[in-house]
Amino acid sequence: MSLGSVPLKYKISIDRDQCMKCMRCVDNCSYGVYRIEDDRILIDSRRCTACHRCISMCPRDAISLQEKPVDYRSHPLWTAQAREDIINQARTGKIILAGMGNAMDYPIIFDRLVLDACQVTNPSIDPLREPMELRTYLGKKPAKLEFTKSDKGDIELKTELAPNLKLDTPIMIGHMSYGAISLNAQLSLAKAVAKTGTFMGTGEGGMHESLYPYQNNMIVQVASGRFGVDINYLERGAAIEIKIGQGAKPGIGGHLPGEKVCSDVSCTRMIPLGSDAISPAPHHDIYSIEDLAQLVRSLKEATEWKKPIFVKIAAVHNVAAIAAGIARSSADAVVIDGFRGGTGAAPKVFRDNVGIPIEAAIAAVDQKLNDQGIRNEVSVIASGGIRSSADLAKSIALGADAVYIGTASLIALGCRVCGNCYRGLCPWGIATQQPDLVNRIDTDVGSQHVANLIHSWTLELSELMGAAGINSIESLRGNREKLRGYMLDESMLKVLNVDPVGA
Amino acid sequence: MTIDANGMHYTPLNKMIRQAVASGVREIVINNVLGQRFIANGLRSNVRITINGVPGGDLGMFMSGPECIVRGDSEHAPGNTMDNGTIVIHGSAGDAVAHSMRGGRVFVRGDIGYRGGIHMKEYDQKRPVLAVGGTTHAFLGEYMAGGIIIVLGMGHEVAVKDRGIGSGIHGGEIILRGDIQDRLLGVGARKVTFTDGDLKRLSPLITEFCERIEVDPAPFLDTNYTRIIPASSRPFAGKYTWE
Repeated sequence: MSLGSVPLKYKISIDRDQCMKCMRCVDNCSYGVYRIEDDRILIDSRRCTACHRCISMCPRDAISLQEKPVDYRSHPLWTAQAREDIINQARTGKIILAGMGNAMDYPIIFDRLVLDACQVTNPSIDPLREPMELRTYLGKKPAKLEFTKSDKGDIELKTELAPNLKLDTPIMIGHMSYGAISLNAQLSLAKAVAKTGTFMGTGEGGMHESLYPYQNNMIVQVASGRFGVDINYLERGAAIEIKIGQGAKPGIGGHLPGEKVCSDVSCTRMIPLGSDAISPAPHHDIYSIEDLAQLVRSLKEATEWKKPIFVKIAAVHNVAAIAAGIARSSADAVVIDGFRGGTGAAPKVFRDNVGIPIEAAIAAVDQKLNDQGIRNEVSVIASGGIRSSADLAKSIALGADAVYIGTASLIALGCRVCGNCYRGLCPWGIATQQPDLVNRIDTDVGSQHVANLIHSWTLELSELMGAAGINSIESLRGNREKLRGYMLDESMLKVLNVDPVGA
Repeated sequence: MTIDANGMHYTPLNKMIRQAVASGVREIVINNVLGQRFIANGLRSNVRITINGVPGGDLGMFMSGPECIVRGDSEHAPGNTMDNGTIVIHGSAGDAVAHSMRGGRVFVRGDIGYRGGIHMKEYDQKRPVLAVGGTTHAFLGEYMAGGIIIVLGMGHEVAVKDRGIGSGIHGGEIILRGDIQDRLLGVGARKVTFTDGDLKRLSPLITEFCERIEVDPAPFLDTNYTRIIPASSRPFAGKYTWE
């Protein structure tokens, strides 16, 4: 018995009056939607992923795309998605994988928080005229400073300072590995962070040698598979990040399929060509918080205590207590990845159902660390669904020191969030290793776009701070007084430690 | 050069080792080692370090080149994510020995704990070896992606009697002395006959291991071994469907 086909996801049509048959759509679509027969462009809408590559390249705006062109009987519970997932699993008996971040319609807390501005009683600050201090240091801060006075009366700092990362803006680019994204995508991001005085993560995939010129702006990752990790790699990084979990798939490991392990990826990850790269769910040398401390110190010892060590966890129910444990492990920063964090591929049931929103996680972690008097022991980096400078400002006001952006930086390179990263055919040259597609990214142009994005958000953040009468990022950090909750329930306001609008 | 590690914290100890190596010392003896972790971490050199006592966890982690000889037992994870070099332990060792090791050799005369050789991998010319004279606990060679594990089972009836051997293995091989019960194999592990060809191929390694742990190799140079290899190089290929 056949279950038949499910309806088209998208329907593509061409306005034949507008079309001049330049064939750019045919050339650009890597999914094979278009083909030419008898001088006519034929369309196979079933192959379309809504990546918009053809639409963006069409010089006549002749292409239109319609989502869900076929209706199901509407039902609030049995959504089209629910029905189609069941049909898929009835056919295959397998776990469903999906790309990009959480696609469930949960309320977005960021959009229920509003920022403050000065009126009359205190003046706002004009960032055009006044200096705005956005410089951010990530790493341990001493609980107190001790000084010595020499015979001549010179004052010298006696306290030994822990290594910190110096950021010109509190926006970093999160870890997306070579393998998950292309080398040209990584190179564009690397050039952009070098230009804007900030940092990016390598992801768990080693560091390709063409990124060495940007290594001072790169945070190297050590994940459970230890791919590409050797002492040279650790020494290259400006900081080292231990990846425990990821917001898109908390509690499970990673898995780069063999077909994506080409010769260059194989060299960078230091694994055989075409073999599956399996990152186990836990680090098998970390079975406890004490073991985590051992890995943190092992990395410090191996790099002679010169580098800050970050620990990245997914935002889960007990995130605050876990972060407090991490703060005591000698780690210099804790990265919290919310449940909207992106990914190339994750089991859909995890992507959509496991973990908590980043907004609540930041507030809970900041509060717990403050309550325990150890907030200075670790910086807090937030990630997972930061879409704009407003999300950035709200994250910092909730208690983050800086944010990682991932999806936003890829959108600056062309990504349209179609969520088909796992197919390796990304027409924008981002989530693919196919040379003709990868070459679609000009790394100079790409890096400029990413740098523009970081620059724009930095400008907007300064304006938002100035309007709120704040001239230093330090004064915004954890400053819940600058936030009000709009249509958030009392229990949520309590977790966020934010007053409602009007209060 | 001789270092007395009595009461010394691991950081100054490692600093002394680094300084000695940088100044050209190629032979270091550390006495009275008692639980100091991270000895020779990330060290790049051809130095030989003799450790008299019991080193703490992560001995030789990320190490690339040195030879560490332990006259005593060793704590968890010696040879963790090691890149190159040799560790010889003349006693027993804890859990996760040779965890994620990519190159070099870890030789243990006695027994090891759980998860020995877990996620060992090979690459290019690098093929890591974990050899154990005694026995091991569960999950030996789990997720193994390359390299060789040899267990001789000296002083034990069978080389390994714990379960989960090679679960998720997708590269490399596990060689165990004698026969191993099928029920001890993990998911994705396959038992094959140890052939004369295997013996010929591995004899130099078995001999070298025995010599390093000061045992006569002769009784071990026959085909009385079980060879465990991956059932597939893509253990999870059939688990997923796309949205």
